[in-house]
Amino acid sequence: MADILIDGIAKTFGRTVALERVDLRIADGEFLALLGPSGCGKTTLLRIIAGLETQSSGRVLIGGRDISALPPRKRGLAMVFQNYAVFPHMTVRDNVSFGLRMNGAEPARTARQVERAAALLQIGPYLDRYPGQLSGGQRQRVAVARALAVEPAVLLMDEPLSNLDALLRLEMRAELKSVLHAAGTTTVYVTHDQTEAMGLSDRIAVLHAGRIEQIGTPADIYAHPATMFVGGFVGSPPMNFFALQRHNNVVQLGALTLPAPPVDKLVLGIRGEDLEECSPEAGFPFTVQVAEPMGSHLLLTGMAFEHRLRVVAPADRQASPGLVMHFRPLPGRIRWMDAATGAAIAKGAP
Amino acid sequence: MTVRRGIFLSGVAMLCAWTLVPIWLVALGAVGGRDVVNAWPKTFFPGSTSLATLRAFLDVQGVWSATLVSVEVAVLCMAFSLLLGAPAGYALARYNFRGATTYRLLILLTRAFPVGILALPLAITFIRLDLYDRPLGVALIHTALALPFAVLVSASLFQAIPREFEEAAWVFGCSRLRAFLRVVLPLALPGIAATAIFAFVISWNEVFAAAVLTVRHRTLTAYLLTVLAESPLHVQFAGGFVLIVPSVVFIFLVRKHLFAMWGIANR
Repeated sequence: MADILIDGIAKTFGRTVALERVDLRIADGEFLALLGPSGCGKTTLLRIIAGLETQSSGRVLIGGRDISALPPRKRGLAMVFQNYAVFPHMTVRDNVSFGLRMNGAEPARTARQVERAAALLQIGPYLDRYPGQLSGGQRQRVAVARALAVEPAVLLMDEPLSNLDALLRLEMRAELKSVLHAAGTTTVYVTHDQTEAMGLSDRIAVLHAGRIEQIGTPADIYAHPATMFVGGFVGSPPMNFFALQRHNNVVQLGALTLPAPPVDKLVLGIRGEDLEECSPEAGFPFTVQVAEPMGSHLLLTGMAFEHRLRVVAPADRQASPGLVMHFRPLPGRIRWMDAATGAAIAKGAP
Repeated sequence: MTVRRGIFLSGVAMLCAWTLVPIWLVALGAVGGRDVVNAWPKTFFPGSTSLATLRAFLDVQGVWSATLVSVEVAVLCMAFSLLLGAPAGYALARYNFRGATTYRLLILLTRAFPVGILALPLAITFIRLDLYDRPLGVALIHTALALPFAVLVSASLFQAIPREFEEAAWVFGCSRLRAFLRVVLPLALPGIAATAIFAFVISWNEVFAAAVLTVRHRTLTAYLLTVLAESPLHVQFAGGFVLIVPSVVFIFLVRKHLFAMWGIANR
């Protein structure tokens, strides 16, 4: 059992607060992504789990064992670094076997596990080369193989794909998912790339300014963002927001009258693909500024009620700058937020 | 294009001449004998060469024992510089401590005190400490001279090794010391060797402190200073040549690393 319990972890650097009391439970075998913009504290949290950084307060438990005060080598985990950190003065084989050798594994077991990890990541042919002779993608495979070779209970990954080019990243992403699923390793994966987080993880924890904004499955986070920040950060294009005032329990959106939850200053959140074109009397007007054909769809950027809006339209829709179109939200897809706090208003509220 | 290339090439030629011509002339004086040294105008290609002067110089009484002292002092200086300089450089490279920048400057300041002013107090102190006229004493002074380079150069060496390498080693089962020995040291080793040789050369060439702090157990430089002052010119050249050669050979051997640590892209 290698579940991870993060219990009230806080970290301050001088006066800067990097993490303020983070609580998180990661189940055994789960793939959890820590997602957030740079400077949100996600890497700091990962490094605290690894023991490369010391928390200001709080505890980290792996499999029920408090590892907060242990040095990295005694925590029973492996890590993949952003810049690979593959040792340049060792062959690929020595790199992959490094963890096993340092922990005094017997040679037979070392050889067996190195072979398995190398086969899994398809680096068998390069085992006797030096990292300098490999491409970035191959080096990244070596870094992952080195981590998997020790058959860790917990695997930490710090933006492992961010140094790869787009095509390679897509390929490695799919591969990582199948490899880690097969290994059954509890994985914490730090990324600022929301498509990576959505594609790979069982659950995502969205971090912002040292706090966890929301934890949930990718689908849940996408469909029901807990805060305006999450809606605006997750999804491409990000969620659209309208600041609205409630009168007599309803809000007006162009020709539309929408029943509103009991908060005076409201924000209406709606995803670009949850808007459908309609007749002028059934929706609100939208002036197209930019039309970007994306192949599978047409991405329109424009203005509605002095709000910038992004709409996903069918690929065959013709639109040019200056065109006025009319849209209405699909039923059940509106997310209401409290303008004062930025928090979502519960689904059950009237 | 061609003009710029011409300027570039003549610049290169100037710099080469700046360093090579004196060495060449010293070498000529050493192998050419009395006539070449005294001849005017100078010829760049001697008619006849012989190793007679060099051999005669090496037969001068005390040269070999002085050489031995020089080597002893230089090796000690090299060892002290590494043992003190490398850890200090590692600390500068890896830890943020209060006053790190000031410390960097202070290290260089040790070079700001002229040995000439320090000579008398040093000699007295060394006599009291029973370090006077001993290789260990001279080695300590040379270490003080070489240490700033050792510290700053090894700091930049360690800085060039990504911290992530060390962190990866820690995560994969190494203690701090083991991570240093298994990962950092092998990567820094060529540069550290260069630093060591540089310390050796500094000590080998130093003459003033060595001359002040020794009487009977002189280093080669200090010994030559006294002996050669009364020797004929061509013997002086021979002595100079013997002194130059080891430095040039050492510097040549480690040139790649010296360039690298001084930030000249050469790799």
